[in-house]
Parts: sequence; C-alpha cells; structure tokens
Amino acid sequence: MAQDDKAARGPSVAEGAALVDLLLQMADDDLVLGHRHSEWLGVAPDIEEDVAFSSIAQDEVGHAALYYELASQLGAGDADRLAFDRPVGERRSAAFVELENGDWARTAMRHFLYDAFEEVRLDACTRSGWQPLQRAATKVRREEFYHRLHSRTQLHHLAKAGGEAFARLEHALADLWPYVASLFDLGPHAAELRATGVLPADAAALRSAWEAVVVPELSELGFGVPACGGTDATSAAHRGAHHPALAELLTTMRAVLDVDAAAASW
Amino acid sequence: MRTKEPDIATTEDVREPVASEQQRVFLERIDRGEKIEATDWMPDEYRLLLIKFIQMHGVSEIMGAFPEKEWVPKAPTLRRKLGMMSKVQDEMGHGQLLLSVVQELGRPLGLTREQLISDIFTGRTKFHNVFHMPAPSWADAGVIGWLVDGAAIVSQAALLDTSYAPYARVLKRICAEESFHMQHGESIVLSLAEGTASQRQMLQDAVNRWWESLIFFFGPPDVSDAARKMIRYRIRTKTNEELRQKFLSRYVPRIHALGLTIPDPDLHFDPLSGLWHYTAPDWAAYGRMVRDNTGPMSQARIALRQQAHEGQRWVREAMRAGAAQLAMEGARA
Repeated sequence: MAQDDKAARGPSVAEGAALVDLLLQMADDDLVLGHRHSEWLGVAPDIEEDVAFSSIAQDEVGHAALYYELASQLGAGDADRLAFDRPVGERRSAAFVELENGDWARTAMRHFLYDAFEEVRLDACTRSGWQPLQRAATKVRREEFYHRLHSRTQLHHLAKAGGEAFARLEHALADLWPYVASLFDLGPHAAELRATGVLPADAAALRSAWEAVVVPELSELGFGVPACGGTDATSAAHRGAHHPALAELLTTMRAVLDVDAAAASW
Repeated sequence: MRTKEPDIATTEDVREPVASEQQRVFLERIDRGEKIEATDWMPDEYRLLLIKFIQMHGVSEIMGAFPEKEWVPKAPTLRRKLGMMSKVQDEMGHGQLLLSVVQELGRPLGLTREQLISDIFTGRTKFHNVFHMPAPSWADAGVIGWLVDGAAIVSQAALLDTSYAPYARVLKRICAEESFHMQHGESIVLSLAEGTASQRQMLQDAVNRWWESLIFFFGPPDVSDAARKMIRYRIRTKTNEELRQKFLSRYVPRIHALGLTIPDPDLHFDPLSGLWHYTAPDWAAYGRMVRDNTGPMSQARIALRQQAHEGQRWVREAMRAGAAQLAMEGARA
C-alpha cells in the first residue's frame, strides 16, 4: 500500500536525483557494452555468431534507451542528449564495460561476467518500490534470460575445448577481474536508494550474490578465480574512474553529430 | 557418372551437356514453370550456374555489411544506432541463408561453408561492385539503404519467380527485409534533405558518389553466355537492362522530388522508345574492378573478412571440440 502511494505521488526531489543516478548507471553500462558488442558486426568468428551477437548488442542498446527514457521522465533531459552529449566526467558507466573488446575470448568472458552481474542488479530492481523501475526491470530480465543462456553455453564450450581457447579465456579473466569492482559501485546515493526501497540491496549483497553464481561455475570449468573480497579499493573500483578507452568511444559516438553542430535532426 | 568433379569457379567452361532423357524431361519441367527442389535431379550445368550465382549473392550480402558497419558506432541517435545495427545484422542473416542454399547445392561436390567463405579472399568468388566503394559520410549510410538497397530490391524481386525453389523461398524473406532497409535509408535521407545546408550538401555529395556505381550495379546491357543460360533455365527471367530501366523509373523521380540532382547531364526519359537514356559507365573498367578486386575498398574489406575468418578459426574449432567434450561427459554421466 505504502508503495502504491509513493508511485502515485512520484519520487521526491532528493529521491529523484538518486533515481536518475541509478538509471544513468544502468543506461550507460548497457549503452557502452552494447556499443562494444556491436564492434563485432561483420567480423564475429562465424556468420551465425555474428547474427546472434548482434541481437544481444541491440538488446543492450535498447535497454539503455529504456533507462534513459525513464531518467528523461524524471526531468533529466532528452534521452538522446543523455546518451550522446554528456562529457566523460559526467558518465556513470563502469570501467569494466569501457575496456576494449580484445579477442573473442575476452569478449566472451566479459559477456558472461556482465550478464551475471546484470541478472543480480535487475533482480534487485524487480523488488524496487518505484514501479516504473520495477516494471522495466521485469521486462528486461525476460530478455536477459537468453543472454545468460548464450553466454554460459559459449563459455562452457570454449572452456571445455581446452588448449588455446582455455588459455585465452584464462588470460581474459585475469585482465577483466580488476575491473569487476567498478560494476558494484552504486554511487553516492546508494544508502538513500536502499533506505527508500528504490534499490533494496547494497553493493556487498549484490557482489556476494554475483560471486555465488559466477565463482563456482568458473571453478568447475577449471579456472583459478582471483581472490574475492567485498568492494576492493583498486583505482578502477569506482564509477567515475573511467577507462581511457571511454573518451575515444564517446568521440566516435559523436562523430556524425560533431560534423554539423547546427543540425536539429539526423 | 563423372569421374572428375567439375570446377565450380569456371561455370562458363562447362561443356554443353549431352541431351539425355533426364535433360529433356528437366527442361520440360522448366518450360512448364515448375519449381526445382534440392532433392530433384538436375543437370550439372544448372547446379553450377546456381552455385556461382547464389554464392555471389550471399557473399555480397556479407561484404555489404562492411560499408555500413563503419557507421554503426557513429550513428547520431539511439534510434539510428539501433536501426543500423539491425540492418547490418539482416545482411549477415541473408548471407547465412543464401550460403545454406549454396551448401545444399554443393553437397555432391563436397563444398563446405569454410570453402564458400575462403573463396572471397582467394578470389574464387566475386561480390557486387557497390561494396568495393567507400562510404565516407553519414549520408552514404542513408544513400546505401535508400538507393543501393532500392536497386537490390529491383533485382531480387525479379528473381522471386526463379525456377529453383529453395532460392525463391529465401528471396521472399530477403525482399521483405530489404524493404525495411529501404525505408530506414529513406528516413536518414529525408532528415538530411530537410536539414541544414551542410547536411543537404553531404547528401548531394553522396548521391554524386554513388550514381555511376548504381548504374553499373545491374551489369552491362549485353547478355552474356552465362546470363543466356540462366534465362534458359529460368534461374532469372529479366535482363540487366530491363532491371536498370525499372530502377531508373522508380528512383529518378524520387531523387528529383527531394530537390537533389543526378550527376548525368544526358539522363532523360525518351517517351517514344519508353526507355531511359543515360551515360554509360566504363563497363569494362567496372567489370575488371569486380573481377580483380581492385576497387578503392576491395582489398581492405577482403582483408577484414579474411582476418575475421582465419584469425578466429580457433573459436570455431574450440566450439566444436567443446561441444563434443560436453556430449561425451553427458553420455558418461
């Protein structure tokens, strides 16, 4: 009942700022990773994978658009402007998704680790007291089910092959692991998001839920999982400590827009 | 029985087959407008013509992903980004469907997917002239969708009544999707046409850049031996020139309606002959470009495809080995 009342009156000003920050974290993560995934268009390992991975990339960008739209409804501005105009310093994506693709092993490993993270974050969002987020998360989770299936199948096949594929995956895991913490930084409003029931979980809980899913699976496949802890304090552990590759990605994304600043529509 | 497998790359060299009873019955089926299925008996010549033609079509779809792929990361709105991604995905999907048709046809010859792809960088198959050209601006992404896909729709729609049934079924789906691409391209083009002076200029430059390639796209007006055979077998029913005329009738008025010009001072419709007159491109030069892969972007794009295919052989092999390993463990469990 209390939740219905809140949905009816909408979030307070303070809650609004916290909500927008959370939505931008989710949107920026999905946009940047969807962009990275789409860099494989036309050059994936085979034609079937090209088509499949493109669907996943489109879903990620589509989810980003949905979250930007929600932020826009809270007064954060136009969805396209949120996606294209914010400078690096205002971006809320995690360094984990900003890193370049590298080889297919790194792409596959990131896909696996990130989709497990998304599941955990979305799970918390489906219990959100703010209905628009709760509804969006429920919808997105349905699509993410297939991403999880795809990423797990691929990881298992590649790992079971042993040899070069296994060695490449092991290398990718070591490369990616220091950036994992950046995903679990819920930002400066984390306490408030939890207290108000907008995001009924904290970073430590999300991380342990994620580890409970990911670590046994990786171990079973024969990977030595690096030491796990709470949110470690490496330099890449915070949203805002962007990977240098993000600046280049944003410049690319603006390449057409910057050709004619006077253009009103494209 | 043949003791030696025919060389699939040199269809024109195949000798006139002996008019056997099977041959005669087959041609009668063709003449009655019947459709041929993959499991039906067919003359080697028919099979080889289809393999060469559909492989080129499939490979062109796959190589056609490259000029547009460049614009996915730069697409200027979320909607455009999603549209471009979906379009490139469709092209790859068309390539996949078409190569499956070729694989089925090539099964008696031991033709594999690996071979169909590596034929691109060994020069054993060709791809359409338009995909050898650069796409240096966002307007090119629009013009490719609007006019190149528009031209593709004209030639593919004319193939819908092809005598080979599996090809016809795949084409039906392709044509439906291509018309979305054309609308997607048209939408980009309209935004530019209604935009600032520099947006309009960008669009006009792209039309100027693509025009001659579009005229060549349908091929030279004279009917080659291979084309004559394909028409005899009803693999295709229209000549290059008929298709080009249809394209001009459909698109010249649309281009003019947007206030754009076409870079051909001789282009006009002759009401007496009912035909468009246009300045002929250097047919031989374009033909050489396609045959020898000497267009401005030919080598770079072939290198990209070769790297994707050969550089990631380990992924395809590992996926197969891993699946076998998992099946074995499953059987043991």
